[in-house]
Amino acid sequence: MIDLAQFHQTFFEESFEGLAVMESNLLELEAGQDSLDLVHGVFRAAHSIKGAAATLGFNAVTEFTNLLETLLDQLRERQRAITPELINLLLESVDRLRTLLRSAQDGQEPPSSTLSQRLEAVLSRTESVPRCWQIVFAPESHLFQTGNDPAWIFKALADMGRLTLHVAGELPAWADFNPDHCTLRWELTLEGDVEEAAIRQAFEWVEDDCRLEVTQREQGAAAPAAAPAAEEDRRSWTGLETTLRVGTDKVDALINIVGELVITQSMLVQLGNGDMDSARLIRLRDGLAQLERHTRELQESVMRIRMVPISACFQRFPRLVHDLSHRLGKQVELRLSGEQTELDKTVMERIGDPLVHLVRNALDHGLEAPADRRSAGKTETGLLELHAYHKGGHIVIEVRDDGKGLNRERILQRAWSRGLLPEGEVPGDEKLYDLVFQPGFSTAEALSDLSGRGVGLDVVRRNIKELGGQVALTSTEGKGTTFSIRLPLTLAIVDGQLVRVGDSTYIIPLVSMIESLRIRPDNVRTLTGQTELYSMIGEYIPIVRLERLFDGQEGGQLGGSMLVVVEGDGCKAGLVVDELEAQQQVVIKSLETNYGRVAGVSGATILGDGTVALILDVPGIIEGLACAA
Amino acid sequence: MTKEILAVDDSGSMREMVSFTLKSGGFNVVSACDGVEAMKIARSRAVSLVLTDLNMPNMDGISLIKELRGLPGYKFTPILMLTTESAADRKQQGKEAGATGWVVKPFNPDQLLATIKKVLGAP
Repeated sequence: MIDLAQFHQTFFEESFEGLAVMESNLLELEAGQDSLDLVHGVFRAAHSIKGAAATLGFNAVTEFTNLLETLLDQLRERQRAITPELINLLLESVDRLRTLLRSAQDGQEPPSSTLSQRLEAVLSRTESVPRCWQIVFAPESHLFQTGNDPAWIFKALADMGRLTLHVAGELPAWADFNPDHCTLRWELTLEGDVEEAAIRQAFEWVEDDCRLEVTQREQGAAAPAAAPAAEEDRRSWTGLETTLRVGTDKVDALINIVGELVITQSMLVQLGNGDMDSARLIRLRDGLAQLERHTRELQESVMRIRMVPISACFQRFPRLVHDLSHRLGKQVELRLSGEQTELDKTVMERIGDPLVHLVRNALDHGLEAPADRRSAGKTETGLLELHAYHKGGHIVIEVRDDGKGLNRERILQRAWSRGLLPEGEVPGDEKLYDLVFQPGFSTAEALSDLSGRGVGLDVVRRNIKELGGQVALTSTEGKGTTFSIRLPLTLAIVDGQLVRVGDSTYIIPLVSMIESLRIRPDNVRTLTGQTELYSMIGEYIPIVRLERLFDGQEGGQLGGSMLVVVEGDGCKAGLVVDELEAQQQVVIKSLETNYGRVAGVSGATILGDGTVALILDVPGIIEGLACAA
Repeated sequence: MTKEILAVDDSGSMREMVSFTLKSGGFNVVSACDGVEAMKIARSRAVSLVLTDLNMPNMDGISLIKELRGLPGYKFTPILMLTTESAADRKQQGKEAGATGWVVKPFNPDQLLATIKKVLGAP
């Protein structure tokens, strides 16, 4: 007996991918893309889910998908028109299917829903089948002289159904050309629930001045026999947590490099056997250089395996924007670009929520209602852009709207009243915009049910900081706002500054570093005999002695030491170090899994000489200071 | 520029009703009480559309349409007749004279406006 459970993982993965395809196709259909291919895609996905679910015994999924498939089949056969209501129903069905799949995955009973009944209700209503009319309109040449214009007629027809227009007839030779004469004929196809009388009515004024043929076309011939696109949609990725689908090219590259490594290794072994002479030494050195190169390539390839296109994260937004804009009564066009930009899978999974928050924020507070946009002289449809690209070892994701922008005045008022800024101080743009990321800051006049859940931009910033990234915003009042998120491509490697304190080496992530300076003892102030502050231009920053923090030892004199100024959560601190060493990329090893959690340390790494160095958790250290103070 | 319509009718109440309807639709309206007055206006200015009754004293609608089509500026101008349902042969005469189409009397203001907009587009 074969245990079917071994196929469950693949089934769920495939099914969630299928759902994503269904969703994106439905949204494209809604956006006015009328293509049978899209309908076929939705049908195919539903069909595969149904088949596999039935085999594996997920009955709830099978039953529901069966209903859905019947409805989709009617769409596919053009027996039913695609209406916005129907698309909404189908989108709901996709949601329902997702719920059913999740429940099946967790082995739980799915929550009840009336969607099946609603689908059945729709199915039981046999719709008046849209008819397809073939119209030949051949006006006589004097048509224009009665003041008539075929364009009016075509417009009237287009209001009745889907009109396709084909111009037949020929323009005469240039010499015989008379603009007063109509020499063209038109062949039109009108699809829709239209009576012949209504069509003839549109031609009422010109009936006597033309040849008009109105015939109904056979239904079977109506649907263009477009072969369903057979190629798999590979764009979609689902945010499933445990497995990773990797393109074969990446795996091939990996195998290639491992092959090279084996060759290099055997070469080195050969060189190692036998007496050393200078010629061998040179070859050995070459071999080592080769080894180094291959190791680096291997590292890069392995990293690349974890890289996935950000489209998996982006693909949830069309639906989100669709739903939210309907709820808010706003018109929004969503533009995605750079969807193929790759980033680490973990980073991608964790950037989703902050991005959703920013998108909600833009829809809720950034973009205006159509009426407001009109009076501001803008198009009624607001533009929301998500743009991803690589820049210098980082991935940058921008969330841009062309809404009303930030109101400087209101930010200032709020900051003053909340005590985030000394009363009356007017900072520059950068500092001003930084205020909106402060905890407890919210400029929305009324908390709406979307973004105003008491979760502010401070949480967004914290989440992004946890990923080692940064978020900033620029805004022009009346023009729009851009949030720009900069993230490391991977969480496994960090750019670090090596520092020496006593016998230990620590690593400070470069993103947290602001500057380093040589300590001048007369700039050091002591508060209540304990806390030491360093006086910098215009501000005092707390001094942190790492040896006290980690070893419990008393530190010596500060003179001659260096102070590394770091920032975390908007606060600065100065770390005392004996010496700055190299800057390098280090591979992060989890301290928690190998040893235990240590406050102020985010991980460890192994240096070139084999010693272990701790990577400092700068926000954690600064938070610790605030607690102690 | 706002589009201008020439409305021709011998009945004062119809002129007022037509004029009110078209103005409320955003068009400019000039009216005339018969063909002679209408021709006088047509010679002095070009309008976007002519809407004329057929039975009028002095010069009736059919003659007006024929004369209008003879004016250089009115070769392709849409000319609509106001006719009653029963007058099929009058429609035919009007078409032969060069009318673009017709609006059947009695009509309600919305129908009239919809027809005009079909021909002229937005005001």
